[in-house]
Amino acid sequence: MELSGAQILLECLKREGVEVLFGFPGGAVIDIYNELPNTSLKHILVRHEQAAIHAADGFARASGKVGCCLVTSGPGATNTVTGIATAYMDSIPVVILTGQVPTPLIGNDAFQEVDIVGITRPCTKHNYLVKDVRELAHVIRQAFYLARSGRPGPVLVDLPKDVMQVKTKFIWPEDVKMRSYNPNVKPHAGQIKKVAQLIRDAERPIIYAGGGVITSQGHEALTWLAQNLHIPVTATLMGLGCFPGKDKLWLGMLGMHGTYAANMAVNNADLVLAVGARFDDRVTGKVSTFAPMAKLVHVDIDPTSIQKNVSVHVPLVSDCRLALEALKEELTPSLTEYDFETGHLPWVSKVRAWAKEHPLSYQPSETTIKPQSVVEKLHELTRGEAVICTEVGQHQMWAAQFYTFNEPNCFLSSGGLGTMGYGFPAAIGAQFARPDKMVIDIAGDGSIQMNIQELATSVCNNLGVKIVILNNGYLGMVRQWQELFYKKNYCSTCMDAQPDFVKLAEAYGATGFRITEPGDLERVLKQALDTPGTVIVDVRVEREENVYPMVPAGASLTDMLLV
Amino acid sequence: MRHILSVTVENEPGVLSRVAGLFSGRGFNIESLNVGPTLDPGVSVMTITTDGDEQIIEQIVKQLRKLITVIKVVDLTDLKSVLREMVLLKVNANDTNRAEILRTVDIFRCKVVDVSIDELTIEATGNYDKISAIVGLLTRFGIKEISRSGMVAMKRSIQN
Repeated sequence: MELSGAQILLECLKREGVEVLFGFPGGAVIDIYNELPNTSLKHILVRHEQAAIHAADGFARASGKVGCCLVTSGPGATNTVTGIATAYMDSIPVVILTGQVPTPLIGNDAFQEVDIVGITRPCTKHNYLVKDVRELAHVIRQAFYLARSGRPGPVLVDLPKDVMQVKTKFIWPEDVKMRSYNPNVKPHAGQIKKVAQLIRDAERPIIYAGGGVITSQGHEALTWLAQNLHIPVTATLMGLGCFPGKDKLWLGMLGMHGTYAANMAVNNADLVLAVGARFDDRVTGKVSTFAPMAKLVHVDIDPTSIQKNVSVHVPLVSDCRLALEALKEELTPSLTEYDFETGHLPWVSKVRAWAKEHPLSYQPSETTIKPQSVVEKLHELTRGEAVICTEVGQHQMWAAQFYTFNEPNCFLSSGGLGTMGYGFPAAIGAQFARPDKMVIDIAGDGSIQMNIQELATSVCNNLGVKIVILNNGYLGMVRQWQELFYKKNYCSTCMDAQPDFVKLAEAYGATGFRITEPGDLERVLKQALDTPGTVIVDVRVEREENVYPMVPAGASLTDMLLV
Repeated sequence: MRHILSVTVENEPGVLSRVAGLFSGRGFNIESLNVGPTLDPGVSVMTITTDGDEQIIEQIVKQLRKLITVIKVVDLTDLKSVLREMVLLKVNANDTNRAEILRTVDIFRCKVVDVSIDELTIEATGNYDKISAIVGLLTRFGIKEISRSGMVAMKRSIQN
């Protein structure tokens, strides 16, 4: 049977398991939209294309599946670029479908034409321009395969209008074979033995886990290793949730706004097991002084991550879960031969002493609401079981520090790119992935305004997304840097002429709350979380509160500014 | 240190810009880049001359391998290989120095491929050192134009 390009595309999406498509129509994709009602695909109309890609990204992070979005050519396509780069930096599997002008017009500066394949080349895992409808099914199959396999990432497929219209015989390619792409997922047995021996020999080991543990679903194996071998665990922003935050071996996040205990532990460890993390500058601080006493083991599926920022002693190119499971198998017999608990006791005690010496804390106040206390209260009211999304800035760090995460796929934040405006659309995507969960976007008053228009999408779909704005009237993180390093020159960081967020919520058909008194915090937050549908809570917090601890950019991890 | 990379790629639109974009985006240096088809019309080979310390070269090789359209990357610097570059040089030539130029051309087994009253166009082929030597020697006569192919390379059959 002959199908049009648009029909083939939608059939392929269905077969790839796409349930929800986030999108925004336009001239170049009308043919696809024309066929949409004939499929079982759920299409969610966003209000800006940037939100479509962030929602697909949020869906992917919360579900572990590939997210998908559909936009038109030209501005529709360019509006997704920030979201594509966001997904690329955090290795999130997303397939982006962009419309394109008809093939005979490509290169002629046609209306709404842009070379989106050229533009997104450096921020996609791969991208395609489909010029022949007979290639379409193959390309879609490859796009999903590339997006989800190896180190996941965004893959863009550019679809000229005429290719969507023309008909051809639909053949579903059962297999995807690419001679130039064979990611190495299994760990090398010899390297596993080496790492296992380093673990047996270590006196002061620490696990430094990143997003790769969550992507690979390696959290159970990691938890087993840590708990049975008595190894303290720290994680990057992307790794939060890969180890239970309530566990005694949990040190909290490391790096620029990491805990005192985590940074001190890395600095004093004799073995650092880096798993699915990439030694980002926000984590290592001054690279030359990072983990100066430690042997470094680096497990990562992407060979380019290894030896990029730091030189490691034992590299292990592998899927993180497979590597952790192999280590578990290798080390299980050692549990009877070695007494890891006693052996690591002095170290674990020392680490706990650091945690006690400088725990995450803040000066409580009776007159103003402390932003940290809002996050703590949210944790309490949701029993730590919500999916937390964030924008980027101070609120993001407070969310990371004070909402204790116990499960993977529950903290959605733009880690690598640091994209303001990410959290709310990502929360919309996450709510579709996890209708059973409470989804909360912890936002700042600056960030939330970058994709505030999605209130319409959320209300229109009856989503119960809760937005909690830690409103300090500043672009708080930049203000904090200006205070600490730029002589308090608060240039362009004071958010004058703010909207009335409560009225704004109401204007969109959502519900708004405002909290100004510390005494009202618990009651009104609870009321807000109990309110069905989309809710904004405008929490007026201490205006010039800073995020601590803080390692100034380029300083060593031990040079922390503490509360 | 200079490294010669032989990069086998899928012969498809955009593959050159993927490779070139990788180098520019990550701040790697390209000294020369040559690309041409192979006997398999679906495959091209690029020869890239680049420069950097061991860690940078390792990153370049890994990053190239990570590109979906790259099939194979070989660092020929570690192997015994044949390296050749062709250069065309347009040199000022008058009655007093023409003989001298032709002698140089002869010594280096170059060819004169075009001639006029006051110019000679010379074709030279060789490895990096030879090309540098020819260019160096002809500079004093005044090179008016130069066009270089970039290095092409191949692993030698016998490595020991």
